[in-house]
Amino acid sequence: MKDTDIKRLLYTHLLCVFSIILSVFIPSFFLENFSILETHLTWLCICSGFVTAVNLVLYFVVKPNASSKRSSLSHKVTRFLKCCIYFLMSCFTFHIIFVLYGAPLIETFLFAVILSTFTTIPCLCLLGPNLKAWLRVFSRNGVTSIWENSLQITTISSCVGAWLGALPIPLDWERPWQVWPISCTLGATFGYVAGLVTSPLWIYWNRKQLTYKNN
Amino acid sequence: MRLGSGTFAACCVAIEVLGVAVFLRGFFPAPVRSSARAEHRAEPPAPEPSAGSSSNWTKLPPPLFSKVVIVLIDALRDDFVFGSKGVKFMPYTTYLVEKGASHSFVAEAKPPTVTMPRIKALMTGSLPGFIDIVRNLNSPALLEDNVIRQAKAAGKRIFFYGDETWIKLFPKHFVEYDGTTSFFVSDYTEVDNNVTRHLDKVLKRGDWDMLILHYLGLDHIGHVSGPHSPLIGRKLSEMDGVLMRIHTALLSKERETLLPNLLVLCGDHGMSETGSHGASSTEEVNTPLVLISSVFERKPGDMRHPKRVQQTDLAATLAIGLGLPIPKDSVGSLIFPVVEGKPMRDQLRFLHLNTVQLSKLLQENVPSYEKDPGFEQFKVSEKLHGNWIKLYLEENNSEVLFNLGTKVLRQYLDALKTLSLSLSTQVAQYDIYSMMVGTAVVLEVLTLLLLSIPQALHRKAELDVPLSSPVISLLFYLMFLVLSAIHVIVCTSAKSSCYFCGLPWLAACGVMALISALLCAIVSVLTKMFIRGSLPSKNPAPPNSGWSELDLLMVFGTVGHVVSLGASSFVEEEHQTWYFLVNTLCLALSQEIYRSYFLRDDGEPQCCFRVEQGFAGATPALQDRTGYDTREQDRVHVSSSLSEVLRGHEKWMVLASPWLILACCRLLRSLNQTGVQWAHRPDLGHWLTSSDHKAELSVLAALSLLVTFMLVQRGCSPVSKAALALGLLGVYCYRAAIGNVLFPWQQDNRDISKGIIEARFVYIFVLGILFTGTKDLLKSQVIAADFKIKTVGLWEIYSGLVLLAALLFRPHNLPVLAFSLLIQTVMTKFIWKPLRHDAAEITVMHYWFGQAFFYFQGNSNNIATVDISAGFVGLDTYMEIPAMFLTAFGTYAGPVLWASHLVHFLSSETSSGSALSHACFCYALIGSIPVSTYIILVTSLRYHLFIWSVFSPKLLYEGVHLLITAAVCAFFTTMDQTSLTKS
Repeated sequence: MKDTDIKRLLYTHLLCVFSIILSVFIPSFFLENFSILETHLTWLCICSGFVTAVNLVLYFVVKPNASSKRSSLSHKVTRFLKCCIYFLMSCFTFHIIFVLYGAPLIETFLFAVILSTFTTIPCLCLLGPNLKAWLRVFSRNGVTSIWENSLQITTISSCVGAWLGALPIPLDWERPWQVWPISCTLGATFGYVAGLVTSPLWIYWNRKQLTYKNN
Repeated sequence: MRLGSGTFAACCVAIEVLGVAVFLRGFFPAPVRSSARAEHRAEPPAPEPSAGSSSNWTKLPPPLFSKVVIVLIDALRDDFVFGSKGVKFMPYTTYLVEKGASHSFVAEAKPPTVTMPRIKALMTGSLPGFIDIVRNLNSPALLEDNVIRQAKAAGKRIFFYGDETWIKLFPKHFVEYDGTTSFFVSDYTEVDNNVTRHLDKVLKRGDWDMLILHYLGLDHIGHVSGPHSPLIGRKLSEMDGVLMRIHTALLSKERETLLPNLLVLCGDHGMSETGSHGASSTEEVNTPLVLISSVFERKPGDMRHPKRVQQTDLAATLAIGLGLPIPKDSVGSLIFPVVEGKPMRDQLRFLHLNTVQLSKLLQENVPSYEKDPGFEQFKVSEKLHGNWIKLYLEENNSEVLFNLGTKVLRQYLDALKTLSLSLSTQVAQYDIYSMMVGTAVVLEVLTLLLLSIPQALHRKAELDVPLSSPVISLLFYLMFLVLSAIHVIVCTSAKSSCYFCGLPWLAACGVMALISALLCAIVSVLTKMFIRGSLPSKNPAPPNSGWSELDLLMVFGTVGHVVSLGASSFVEEEHQTWYFLVNTLCLALSQEIYRSYFLRDDGEPQCCFRVEQGFAGATPALQDRTGYDTREQDRVHVSSSLSEVLRGHEKWMVLASPWLILACCRLLRSLNQTGVQWAHRPDLGHWLTSSDHKAELSVLAALSLLVTFMLVQRGCSPVSKAALALGLLGVYCYRAAIGNVLFPWQQDNRDISKGIIEARFVYIFVLGILFTGTKDLLKSQVIAADFKIKTVGLWEIYSGLVLLAALLFRPHNLPVLAFSLLIQTVMTKFIWKPLRHDAAEITVMHYWFGQAFFYFQGNSNNIATVDISAGFVGLDTYMEIPAMFLTAFGTYAGPVLWASHLVHFLSSETSSGSALSHACFCYALIGSIPVSTYIILVTSLRYHLFIWSVFSPKLLYEGVHLLITAAVCAFFTTMDQTSLTKS
């Protein structure tokens, strides 16, 4: 593990943060009456699109683990389709979990989509549709590179952010951001951004202790 | 001396109950009272002020009305009279309000909006304390000065028909009366017919001066089917008819007498959108007040927006109207339009009497009354009044007199308003000293509990209790002396009454000794920890790896819940907190299951790594304390045991069980909407209880009882199995008898009975099962080696409680019981057994689920949601002790059932003997943390706007919960003791 790796990680993460910031500002040039709170669902779609796009671009440019040996076209297509299916499944899983938490049935889906964007898509980009690798990364002491380590951090922090975002809902302040699912999506977004920013720093500070088995 | 940690915890909770009791006594303030008791009385009324000494009007002014009829309709909301419902269903009243000789107002009731405090407020004019709500069912005679007492003293004949609360409040005051009981909420025709049937005779006779009618039917309809039920309209029309009859009778009577009559229509409290009452929403506090008399001007009033007055104003107005002295504790002000038609001198006289009474009350309750703006205004207006009288007696120019008079009048009205307001705020006077004493006890106990965590959760589960080391005993005597000195100083210097000073000296000394003893115990524990810490440090902080995600979640969940109690919304919506925590707990459990399952399956190197780490973490801990070491090793072996246990479909059950539990919780959550913000949302419970869905409700109740039987019977002995089956059958028969559910062979509604026989039939089985259980437990103690009998005995006690809960739950809540048993079974079988959690974790999970089920039942932190009907199951008349016990059990059935399941589970599953005492300690700790913190929070928030409507009810709930925790801990300890003596 070298410092250049960490630097690369930092730059890619900053790009992701930048894409989220852009998703807040750019649409207001094209859409009238655009604001995060009032046209929240539109923003959710746009933000999710931006983050997905940036993640894909980064995946093709940086290629943190370029080790797929067979690269026939059919293989790529099946891989892509598998990714799509995984993404959809994660959306539905999140949706079910939210409903079990007491969320209304309909309005919740876009929240599930954005949380999947923050968690599943980076996983898909980095690990591919490979459940075993996912399990490895998300078990204790299973990470094998700084990329996976940062993936762990951002995913967990997005989920925790969404969890914390639910806390202010019962308060009777009657603010616009307390409407379902705004506080949760904002929480997830802040959690994701925080994860993106802190993970390179955390890795940098702990670089002495971190030893990966087979890099 | 060595003490088991279970016994220690039980003692701690018992002491804590004492502390909370002292705190509660100090927190719920005694209401504003006049120091002159009502018994020795008859001080002369204040004379009319005058600048010279020429006025001699020192007697009370004569009455304005000869007969007064008060029609009090329970839960009459303002829009039932002034809104569209009134126009539609109460045409006569609407006519009177709009065009008749009447004055109409919206009278604001102060919370608690419950009948008895409201009757007190109407008749005494004072604001009864919050604690009155607790005495609501057991109303003792009213001791304070009130209109009824004054009227009786003045020789008026008072008749009363209606709610028997009045008869208890005013015993021997009524010449003729007939009380109706309000305990059978489903009856809403007969209660009112019992009142109306006297009407013809009484109106014809006319040998009375005051007639009070209290109609309960509307309130009952509200409780059963809400404010938008079609029954409401019918009831309002009936009430309109009653009002018309009374009014015409009064008008015809009036020709014979000189003075006019007064008819008062009022409500004691409103009705929320769900049909209940008790809190402080607009619908609950706004009641109509219509005063009808031929003496009033007929004026085209604005019916849509009547003026707002306070409910307490009625007492003063009635007293003036009947020519009686105003009740001494009244904080209300005269409703001025009533006397508007009188000459100026009389008007001023009435206002003067009212202000004098209020300012006297202010003098007696506020030390610095002279600085009160109301009192200053009163002084000014009294002086002006005197000048006016002087002018009046000198027969000055009438126009000057009139102008000056109106000025004085306005001054008086302002003074009245200010005085009334500042007196109403005086009610929130806290007995700080008692509160401090209570808080000190509670906090010391909590600190002691927290400090002894490491020792108590040690494998031996024993604590050293140091007795009489010389330094400590010196400290004890010093502390005791200091505290006694403080006590003497505080009690001799305090002006206001203080409960704790009122205690006998011996009791006070006992509490002081207790406080200092607790302090000494804390000091000794601290010194011991310090000495141990300063020894060559064998190990740094306990290894971090000892904390799994589950433990972290439990710690953060507990802390988060406690912190959230500081916000009124979180108190109102506490059920959301618990649902959220329980859901997260299930997710964390599923994560744990998946990890141990999949990692094992893969057989990847992480597993070996974890083992190493586990040992690395465990070795230093082994030398030291805490149960974490053992658990960490356990956890390492979990994965191996899991794959052994999991074969075939059982594997899938383990994987699916957290999701099954989550789904159950989601269903239960939609059964009862509670809280405040979302309480109006439609829920399954309302759908089921509405009369159109009786068949569905019957099927559901029968199914739930069946599931309950299936789940409970497996641990019972054959005899109690049969008893349980019969008992559950009896529960269904009871519900059918009181008309909640139907038998399949009877489609029509039969006559409804109270179901006393059926309910008592079930009680017999409950007692029988509990008796068998106790017998088995005793037997297990005598015959030492028999472990199984004890388990069976505990399960029988548990099933007896389940049967009792099934009897007390409303039929639409029976699924809650069934689901709770289902979740307990699933958790036992597929989660706790394979994953081998330690006793502390299992205790916390039980506690959390118990809390969640408390809210699944439809409870909330609002007094109105307590299901009082549970206290009358199988009872012919109101009996205080059984009714209170049954209501408390019905309300806290969720936590109690989970706790008793915990006892059974731990004593049957775990091999280690200390599990029960660990669990007892944890239960005591986790139960007392919220109470202690909440006491501090409430003390600091005591001037919060919502202190009465939100925080005080929660405080009462917490107090009762702590009492129940103490009972549970005592049960734990006895179980623990039996196992100790056995081994």
